Amino acid sequence: MIRSEILKEIAPILRDQLVVCNIGIPSQELHAIDDQPSNFYMLGTMGLASSIGLGLALAQPKTVISIDGDGSVLTNLGTLPTIGNNMPPNYILMIIDNGSYGSTGDQPTYTGKKTDLAAMARAAGCDDVVEVQDVDTGKALQAAIDSGKGTVMVVKCDSGNAKMPVITMDPVVIRDRFMKAVAS
Amino acid sequence: MNIDKKITNDLVANEVSFVTTVPCKQLAGVIEEVDKRDEIFHIPSNKEDEGMGLCAGAWMGGKRPAIIMQNTAIGVTINTLATLIQYYRMPLPMLISYRGELREPVACQVEMAVHTKALLAQMNVPTYHFHQQSDVEEFDAILKYTFMCNKPVAILTDANFWGGYGDQ
Repeated sequence: MIRSEILKEIAPILRDQLVVCNIGIPSQELHAIDDQPSNFYMLGTMGLASSIGLGLALAQPKTVISIDGDGSVLTNLGTLPTIGNNMPPNYILMIIDNGSYGSTGDQPTYTGKKTDLAAMARAAGCDDVVEVQDVDTGKALQAAIDSGKGTVMVVKCDSGNAKMPVITMDPVVIRDRFMKAVAS
Repeated sequence: MNIDKKITNDLVANEVSFVTTVPCKQLAGVIEEVDKRDEIFHIPSNKEDEGMGLCAGAWMGGKRPAIIMQNTAIGVTINTLATLIQYYRMPLPMLISYRGELREPVACQVEMAVHTKALLAQMNVPTYHFHQQSDVEEFDAILKYTFMCNKPVAILTDANFWGGYGDQ
């Protein structure tokens, strides 16, 4: 499965949660598949989805799911110790690990070679880390939500992108409706 | 009153309850004070752009954030300021130690000091420079201004403000 197929499958689970979605094609895919006010789409700033999601989860009690990528986590590796040492029970960091930089033309990342993000998350102090195959994502995500424990999920899947339109919504509109969903 | 306490009291009085920090010798006292206060959740970050991401999330979650960092990190955070904090119109007080100014003992610090105000001006970040200890009196008004206009605002605090570096 590629990322867009996973997102289609888990959209019914994501719909009821606060979602912080990674820059580029992941946000375009989620926006096209199931746009929700409770989705925060990153339009720039590669690497910070995991940090924004952690800040949000620490600030309020609702469950927060950050949809991140292997390339984006690699560019902000300092995020893993910060999460590991401050993990709140309502945070799920879901790293879609397709071993490639999808938004820039599927160039390989190091996670497709020797680097193991799940092991890095554990070494950084994250207590609940699960590595799952693409087909099991929905089940594992629901289990993580139900567990009430802060969880890092590393979802191994194929490289590839769906062709989706660029998000043209104004960033302040995205942010404002998201904050209303957070506060509702 | 001690500057570290005054700054922390102003943060608390303005309901700033989520503070991320990257350490600096000059800021050590205020970071320690922030860490002690029950009203503030203190979360150290490993890099300043990461810290700004934490602050963005905390603000969307209903908390008023602040970041405490060195001016060298302006070089690290330009993209984050432009594409996250400013693009989505978020408030962010940045309490910054202005290394590389008068009384600085480390020459390399001057190399970013000479770019600091120019970069902040280029980014249209409202910038205040605390040089005398009495300048701290404006901190409360600067915090109110930041959360009024939903912008990142820089408060540069130099060695003279902090009383120098001690014996060199």
